[in-house]
Amino acid sequence: MIKNGFVYDPANKIDGDQMDIFIEGSKVVDSLHEPEWILDAAGMVVMPGGVDIHAHIAGSKVNSGRAMRPEDHEGHAYPRTSFTRSGTGRSIPTTFITGYLFSQMGYTTVIEAASPPLKSRHTHEELDDTPMIDKAFLTLLGNNWIVARLLRDGSMEEGSAFTAWVLNAVKGYGIKIVNPGGLIAWGWGKNVSSIDDRVPLFDITPREILVGLMMINRILGMPHTIHVHTNNLGRPGNYQTTIETIKAFDPYGSSSPSIHITHCQFNSYAGDSWATIRSGAEEVAREVNSREWLTIDIGQLAFTATTTMTADGPFQYALYELTGAKWLNADVESETSAGIVPVIYRKKNLVNAVQWSIGLELALLVKDPWRVFMTTDHPNAAPLTYYPTVLAWLMSNEYREKTMSGKFNKRAKRRSLLPSIDREYTLQEAAVITRAATARALNLTSKGHLGVGADADVAVYDMNPRETNFSKEHGMVRKAFRRAKYVVKGGDIVVINGEVVKEVYGRTLWVNSLTPQRKELAEQIVASEFEKHYSIRPSNYVVQEDYLKKPMEIRAGEF
Amino acid sequence: MSRTIHEDVPCPFCGCLCDDIQVTVEDNAIKEVRRSCSISKSKFLNYTQDRLDMPMVRKNGSFVQTSLDQALDRAADILAASRYPLMYGWSSTCNEAQRVGIELAELLGGAIDNTTTVCHGPSLLAVQGLGSPQATLGDISTKADLVIYWGCNPMHSHPRHLSRYTVFSKGYFFKRREDRKMVVIDVRETPTARAADLFIKIQPNRDFELLSALRMAVRDEEMDVDSVAGVPIELVEELADIMVNASYGVLFYGLGLTMTAAKSANVDSAILLVRDLNARTKFSIIPMRGHYNVTGCNEVMTWQTGYPFAVDFSLGYPRYNPGETSVIDLLSRGEGDAMLVVAADPVSSFPLEAVKRIMKMPLITIDVRPTPTTYRSEVVIPSAITGIEAEGTAYRMDGVIFKMKKLVDPPPALRSDQQVLLDLKRKVEERIG
Repeated sequence: MIKNGFVYDPANKIDGDQMDIFIEGSKVVDSLHEPEWILDAAGMVVMPGGVDIHAHIAGSKVNSGRAMRPEDHEGHAYPRTSFTRSGTGRSIPTTFITGYLFSQMGYTTVIEAASPPLKSRHTHEELDDTPMIDKAFLTLLGNNWIVARLLRDGSMEEGSAFTAWVLNAVKGYGIKIVNPGGLIAWGWGKNVSSIDDRVPLFDITPREILVGLMMINRILGMPHTIHVHTNNLGRPGNYQTTIETIKAFDPYGSSSPSIHITHCQFNSYAGDSWATIRSGAEEVAREVNSREWLTIDIGQLAFTATTTMTADGPFQYALYELTGAKWLNADVESETSAGIVPVIYRKKNLVNAVQWSIGLELALLVKDPWRVFMTTDHPNAAPLTYYPTVLAWLMSNEYREKTMSGKFNKRAKRRSLLPSIDREYTLQEAAVITRAATARALNLTSKGHLGVGADADVAVYDMNPRETNFSKEHGMVRKAFRRAKYVVKGGDIVVINGEVVKEVYGRTLWVNSLTPQRKELAEQIVASEFEKHYSIRPSNYVVQEDYLKKPMEIRAGEF
Repeated sequence: MSRTIHEDVPCPFCGCLCDDIQVTVEDNAIKEVRRSCSISKSKFLNYTQDRLDMPMVRKNGSFVQTSLDQALDRAADILAASRYPLMYGWSSTCNEAQRVGIELAELLGGAIDNTTTVCHGPSLLAVQGLGSPQATLGDISTKADLVIYWGCNPMHSHPRHLSRYTVFSKGYFFKRREDRKMVVIDVRETPTARAADLFIKIQPNRDFELLSALRMAVRDEEMDVDSVAGVPIELVEELADIMVNASYGVLFYGLGLTMTAAKSANVDSAILLVRDLNARTKFSIIPMRGHYNVTGCNEVMTWQTGYPFAVDFSLGYPRYNPGETSVIDLLSRGEGDAMLVVAADPVSSFPLEAVKRIMKMPLITIDVRPTPTTYRSEVVIPSAITGIEAEGTAYRMDGVIFKMKKLVDPPPALRSDQQVLLDLKRKVEERIG
């Protein structure tokens, strides 16, 4: 039982009411006669456990990042204890540490943002070694050769069947699209630069890939929309590509979400060069505000050293050319690519200062907090440990102004609207963008809220909402969100006073959309197409469910 | 009589991890193997030969057979009493076993290292400094019209590499051998060199100079010499042209680069060459990893500790400093007071200084056959062969992952490496409290 806290459960319209939360086993219940334990949350904030919709925490590309950055681990070592494992890492922590860090911040569910199907067994191995959280991953399909051919040839039935087969084979949660078409081109060192470019080899456009996969996503009844990293990421002027991408979905919009655009900050640049870069957040936010079927997450920057890692091979190559930093590329046959480049974001740097402004602008200009989520695209824009800092920026105009003083590039202040925005997120809105809305966007019906039947994933933060001026006490806000007072995961008390006190392992969620009819059709496609494009036998491509330590199957269409 | 034909069997020998092997099993014995190279066939067909069949411990200098439980007890006693145990080997077993090994090293405050330390360690050091442009092997088969093998001899070390993944493979675009160009650079004319369209014979230990010269040529810089590393300058420039004009090139390399004079500087230079080439065309570089799961060991160690090999846990957290924390250097400095070897034979392969130190400490070996290392051990624990008698996960040289199959039951006294190590870990935990 969590007693007497100020509960913020936006999904159930509870906005700071002082009330008790009852837990039995691993679920939230109505009441209890004799609670086995009582956590005294008097004077504190109680929220559902955080649900992170997009972070790079497990898999081939993440591990290549760790491998190529021993210097990022130096000085960031975590000794073992009698119940926690050791590890290292600042921007790309090792798996055990990643789990502990999330848990300390009150996060209980994390979605790995991008896994190449061919290497998904690796993603599962790392997720199985990531404690404290429930997890899932999004499956990269926007540059899959077989999918591209099926889309081009217009066969929705075959496209859906094959997509379902892949998702089932790799035990993925949803469809991820990165630089649609661009990564096919990257297989020969090229890229695409607009959603109507023709992609080499397949004579298809990014627009056709996006709309096609959105339709497949609907046909399959997937719980989450397509999750899209748009073309032209990181290029001045790219806000127009983002808007074109959004408009491509206008004919298909409905009242429920159709597309999610991720780390939108990286895709909201106006201007036409690094020297003239401006924020395009206002224009993008306007499009988001007028479309109920569109959600975004911000990908907020922090001024720190970190590691960029995305499937966007050509973008990462361009970043290497720009910065001269070390560069790793990892193409995955017939599916996707990956690129890794270390970066340092500096306040005094015009571009970085504008980038920083954009993420916050997006969150502050989009009116509906249920459609704009807080992320840092960990570790791309900032390591996960900066989540509390981002919340503090959103909740405190004073903190934003403080950040925009001193070394902050003065020209940057004229390149965005941020200095003129004084909106401050309320605690309720903070709960929405870090848990309630993300759980809803993922259709994780037992997460992100504390109603009866919810998973007993709860975070208690040591802040008194009746006595705290969140705007002025931004330092305290950061500290409180960085180390939760208590965290309960699946009914177990796992964090006390910001320290992990019990190691638990969560479940790996995956979505099964492979009906028997689809399976039959897919197997025909696999029999005729797979061997042409892969160096591995299809039977070895499939990851059996019992390979995962604690799988949880969710049936598409039933959630 | 029961007869099963297993299809799509991944082979537990080399970094090719061919997964199209067909194995026929009759009455729990392997009878026939198809599609494999001769080394693979030999591993599958001879799996029962020369096996260690019972655990053994030393009593008064001689080996005495014992139960698994007693052997594990003795091993746990040794490890629990040690101050700085070293755990080595790992590349020829599965990830699941490697994970237990890492946990054990962490628990005991010891050091853990794998065969990378004598093989592609310099490659990993180079990647740490520079990154690297890589691809999976299917990309090579599909796209590569230029394949370069430098300082390696896959015809011997990775026999099906050329036919499954490179110049003899039937790729999507390049179906015939003559559609692709193969270049071999080596100090002698190997069987692989004889299959090449262009063989460049290089003076031993001069790879760094040739790589540097190629980098200059790729950048159209003039070189005022007649030859580099024994290679006429015209040939250097010709090779640079071939590389720049390829639509997709790949450089495979082996110990000819990692273990000759300039070592990791060779690999630095090779990575930089391939990186430079990416400004002009598409090029990848892939190290020819030897053991079928050395890549997996690097991956597991990296995601659990942050570092791919040579990890020390003496301070309770992972520390990495090759040259200091790598096992041969530890041994050569007289460090370590107990050693656990899994699926490796360091007494055969390590330098004498290191072996002398190993001889001075109690040695526990988990392996399938007698080796000079088992002969020197205090405790020998035979185990089931991963990929034949036990399942487990392994990573190919390009990071693609396979679940190795169990085709037959192991001999009754034998357990998988993972199971042995889990039991060992439990006994160690009981002792150290």
